[in-house]
Amino acid sequence: MSWGSAAEFFAMGGKAAFVWGSFAVAAFCFIVEPLLVRARHRRALRDLKRRGGAARKVGHEAAA
Amino acid sequence: MSKRLINWFRFSSPQAFYGPAGRMIPWFAAAAAILAAIGLYIGFFVAPTDAQQGEAYRIIFIHVPASWMSMFVYLVMAGWAGLGLVLNSRLSGMMASALAPTGAMFAFLSLWTGALWGKPTWGTYWVWDARLTSELILFFLYVGFIALQAAIDDPRRADKAGAVLALVGVVNIPIIYFSVQWWNTLHQGASVSLTRSPSMATTMLTGMLVMALAAWLYAIAVSLARVRAIILERERHSGWVHELKEAAA
Repeated sequence: MSWGSAAEFFAMGGKAAFVWGSFAVAAFCFIVEPLLVRARHRRALRDLKRRGGAARKVGHEAAA
Repeated sequence: MSKRLINWFRFSSPQAFYGPAGRMIPWFAAAAAILAAIGLYIGFFVAPTDAQQGEAYRIIFIHVPASWMSMFVYLVMAGWAGLGLVLNSRLSGMMASALAPTGAMFAFLSLWTGALWGKPTWGTYWVWDARLTSELILFFLYVGFIALQAAIDDPRRADKAGAVLALVGVVNIPIIYFSVQWWNTLHQGASVSLTRSPSMATTMLTGMLVMALAAWLYAIAVSLARVRAIILERERHSGWVHELKEAAA
């Protein structure tokens, strides 16, 4: 291991902004993308439920 | 005889693919997370400081995997799009659409981390050099593919138009890959090649490859998740999606 202390690690030899700027934005992307995909999946399911409910309602009215 | 063969075409139907895809996602996601943790550990705690670049070189552990994936995802996306064009299979177009945003994200990360690596090593965030410019074009191809598909209401026509764009754009991939050989550029040559031994320390190489594998598994997990959402969106008029337990009102 090449780090003497935690402060030395975070300083990245004076290149902290570049190194952490790269990894922070990457981490942000890898967290946000799955959240967006999950929201899209939930939206699709919600839409299906609405349609399913509407279809059943129409069916009941037709039967009545 | 035919009974012993798995009918792979069965999985080309969105209905047959939806369930198995969902069961695969947690495995790919978990493997990606574990490999990313190992890769980051190697990259930050095992790999030594670079003699020329100091610590700034550690950007390599995200920059190279992101760049590789941006090109690889494009090839897979164009492959699915081409398959959809030839076989007219419904799932192919959905796969291509599901891969595009992930590919665009990797292309963006490649450019972003490349800029932040360029400043401390070359003294500039950006130059109009062959490697950088062709990677920027790759990003625009992804964005163009997404925008084109979004602009066409009929999903089957959107698939066809997108497929043509994706296939024409494939020409850009070898241009990116060989740009550092074909032109005199500021960007360094390939660190890893199939024909000669890598020009870097073993621990650096290991960390990079582990991170690349993590990125690969992440891309699989997130695009499987996205294709499931796309399947639900596009199959909303068919009966089977309404019979899903999770869609029951």
